[in-house]
Amino acid sequence: MEIEKMTVEEIKKGYRTGEFSAVEVVTYYLERIKEYDEQIGAFLSLCENSALEEAKKTDKKIKNNKALGLLEGVPVAVKDLICTRGLRTTCASKMLEDFIPPYDATVIKKLRETGAILIGKTNMDEFAMGSSTENSAFKTTRNPWDSRKVPGGSSGGSAAAVSAGFTPFAIGSDTGGSIRQPAAFCGNVGLKPTYGLVSRYGLIAFASSLDQIGTFTKTVKDAALGLQAIQGHDSMDATSIRCDITGDYTIHLEDGIKGMKFGLPKEFYQEGLDEEIKASIMSSIQRIIRMGGEVEEFSLPITKTGLSAYYIISSAEASANLARYDGIRYGYRTEKFSDIETLMLNSRTEGFGQEVKRRIMIGTYVLSSGYYDAYYKKAMIFRRKVKEIFGEAFEKYDAIISPVSPVLPFDIGEKTNDPLQMYLSDIYTVNVNIAGLPAISIPCGYSRSQLPIGLQIIGNFYEEEKLLKSAYALEQDLFLYHKVPELKGVV
Amino acid sequence: MILETIIGLEIHVELNTRTKIFCGCSTEFGAEPNANTCPVCIGLPGTLPVLNEEAVNLAVRAGKALNCRINTINKFDRKNYFYPDLPKAYQISQFDLPICEHGYVDIDIEGMNKRINILRIHMEEDPGKLIHAEGEPITMIDYNRSGVPLIEIVTEPDIRSPKEAVTFLTALKAILEYSEVSDCKMEQGSLRCDANISLRPIGQEKLNTKVEIKNINSFKEILKALEKEEKRQKELYDFNEAYKIKQETRKWDSGKGRTIPMRSKEDAHDYRYFPEPDLPPVIIKNETLAAIQNTVPEMPEEKKARFKNQYGLNDNETEVLISKKVLAEYFEDVVSYKVSSKEASKWIKVEVMRMLKESENIEIPAKYLAKLIKLIENGRISRSAAKEVFDVLWLTEKTPEAVIKEKQLEQISGSDQLDQVISEAIEKNPDAVAAYLRGKEQSKIFLMGQVMKATKGQANPKLAMQILTEKLGKTEDLKNFSESIDNADK
Repeated sequence: MEIEKMTVEEIKKGYRTGEFSAVEVVTYYLERIKEYDEQIGAFLSLCENSALEEAKKTDKKIKNNKALGLLEGVPVAVKDLICTRGLRTTCASKMLEDFIPPYDATVIKKLRETGAILIGKTNMDEFAMGSSTENSAFKTTRNPWDSRKVPGGSSGGSAAAVSAGFTPFAIGSDTGGSIRQPAAFCGNVGLKPTYGLVSRYGLIAFASSLDQIGTFTKTVKDAALGLQAIQGHDSMDATSIRCDITGDYTIHLEDGIKGMKFGLPKEFYQEGLDEEIKASIMSSIQRIIRMGGEVEEFSLPITKTGLSAYYIISSAEASANLARYDGIRYGYRTEKFSDIETLMLNSRTEGFGQEVKRRIMIGTYVLSSGYYDAYYKKAMIFRRKVKEIFGEAFEKYDAIISPVSPVLPFDIGEKTNDPLQMYLSDIYTVNVNIAGLPAISIPCGYSRSQLPIGLQIIGNFYEEEKLLKSAYALEQDLFLYHKVPELKGVV
Repeated sequence: MILETIIGLEIHVELNTRTKIFCGCSTEFGAEPNANTCPVCIGLPGTLPVLNEEAVNLAVRAGKALNCRINTINKFDRKNYFYPDLPKAYQISQFDLPICEHGYVDIDIEGMNKRINILRIHMEEDPGKLIHAEGEPITMIDYNRSGVPLIEIVTEPDIRSPKEAVTFLTALKAILEYSEVSDCKMEQGSLRCDANISLRPIGQEKLNTKVEIKNINSFKEILKALEKEEKRQKELYDFNEAYKIKQETRKWDSGKGRTIPMRSKEDAHDYRYFPEPDLPPVIIKNETLAAIQNTVPEMPEEKKARFKNQYGLNDNETEVLISKKVLAEYFEDVVSYKVSSKEASKWIKVEVMRMLKESENIEIPAKYLAKLIKLIENGRISRSAAKEVFDVLWLTEKTPEAVIKEKQLEQISGSDQLDQVISEAIEKNPDAVAAYLRGKEQSKIFLMGQVMKATKGQANPKLAMQILTEKLGKTEDLKNFSESIDNADK
């Protein structure tokens, strides 16, 4: 029995038919993690005891024919910037190395309510700042398809965990592509919902107006189940939106895409895009047309400006969000201080990594008096424009199709000394966050070097159903999802 | 060169909400340190603010009471600065879109009406409080106050003297208390004031460099601090050294009675304000505005006019009553028991105010004070006895009747009882009677004193005097009689 290849749907089915127990499943994953995670580095902490306890509860429920939750007994790995009560939540930063939250994030509560079993917390770029998970203060995560390559980031640990078969389901966060890009790099399905659909309460903030929690799964159907579990209004998050979505995204999943209109933004297919990626996406587009979808090229002139606006807005918000880490109440505190000022200064200097400090400085700069109008204000004006431009596009199209990343998974260490090159890997994803739209990344092929390639579908606000339906159709047509990487030793 | 003083004030007022502005913690003052805190108000990673609408309603009410224009589209901004009492290292405040603008307060300056304009009122959260351990290099932080809703009221530089500043603040405080926006307890920090002060030659348009004074904790201190700073600046002008007045923040040291430099313009923070992304814009609906307008209670000036009209009081009598909302309410409570409004106002002005110097609240139910006033009117107790009863009532839970009985303060108003006592007094003091009969009026007062002594002061003085005069009159007949006998003997 190859549990590591199973989808959430299959695990759920296995429980119902009595094929295996939750304790067996959880034990299987935990053992697999112990065997292989030393070479992958997906997890920062595991919760073996509580996971097994929860699994026993699930088995008891099954035995007693009790009603099962939506994700009853399904293991879930959670990016280590989502607060888990009593369980270390580090943001992969020295600053929060010993931080144990006294409360559960809303998504964690929701996951527990649906019966999901938390098996561990995953590695990431420090405070979600990065595109390769190399900015973690604790470890490097390797791409399960090729251990020399990065898994993408910032949710690289969650993406790698799903691809390596350490869990069927993982939670990440996406501020500028941090779910979609690692999903593309690791060859699984990454869903970034509409801003406000999933509560951010308990998600340690990087850029509040862009951050959104989402899922990693093997299949689109699992993504629909995962979203159903975590979405919904939360009174603890003022930006969480009340809407009458039932949450069951599987109802119309298999309806097909006949007659749907898809737009291809031509600016997303120009120079800088890897030829193999382009070819792979074009072949998927042929499939969409064959299935009855209408495809049209159009202009979406936002890529480069979007990237600049993204780095201004996200850094500005980050500079405020990360100001609370001052060594006073919790988190890292320097040993070298003589007064309150040196205590704060040295704690922050020693506790934060390079990239985090770089973004705090950018953010502080763009908000400074005299520079605010030239940077932050301009970026906010552009932000409104991006929303308008997308709005116009969605008057014509049901969804927009684009690449996720301009490049294939790159080598570990390749871009660490060139932040600008690193920032460019977000060029196709950041505008989605600037507008607050939902988007999904699904595997659409493999390079000659056997590295996964992702395709992005962008939808209109709260049209996750349409998004998932399109992704499902393409996924079923491509039929790639049973392909799993063979874990090898470190090269 | 004649100089004029220019003062503008910034007043922070804690709003009267039950819970904090962005979480459900209690705002109650005086709890154990950090008892009223949660992950949100201590700014733990991952937490988010959710606006308490009651705070917005109270801010609107303050704006209405202070004649402001209310902005119906509101947003919050982050004001960034590092300080240990600020757990998120930014304060959620309002920068360029304050909830209220362009209001005013009319005050009375030596009989003349003067309008002090209000530039703006904005909402924000209070930070925590640092407690420096005595004699130890330790600072503790109490976050109970962190997240208590505040409004900051900023005046135009319309105030022309320290005294005027205090007059304005007194009026402002009364308005805020009246409208139940805040309890305005300065000693608990629910009303705090910073002042900007500068001087300029009379006739000059331009405002000169101002100095900000912080850390002033009472109206008395505000007067002292502003007078001191006014004097300091005046002296610099006198010595032609006005250029030495720098834009700076000075801290009032009440112990030493002087201001000391805190930070100069160069050290001023760049707060890097930007819109708070965790809170959506707050749109105030017209219905809400109207509803709040209807709940704004009567303001001090309106109340004053009504008191004069309805209760026939004069300026002097209304002054104390309207100075505090509780006094005005108490007065109306007392009067509602159908006692003389003049008497009620007198009792409040003298006796209640005397007791309020020592205690925080009025400790006598209005019903009891009304009862006392009635008992005096009916002659059942004397005015001085009533004062004695009043003091006991303030300190105990007893009823007026119980105290009167206990202390045997009831006046003897029965003529039979008095009759006897007075007859005895006359019999026992033949000399005095004789002296009186010889025309010495003083002796009647002496006899009256004897009556009071015998009754331990409980004799109704009016009645007693009447009976005594009557009896002495009869004695007068007696005198005529005895004189006639005397004459017959001769």
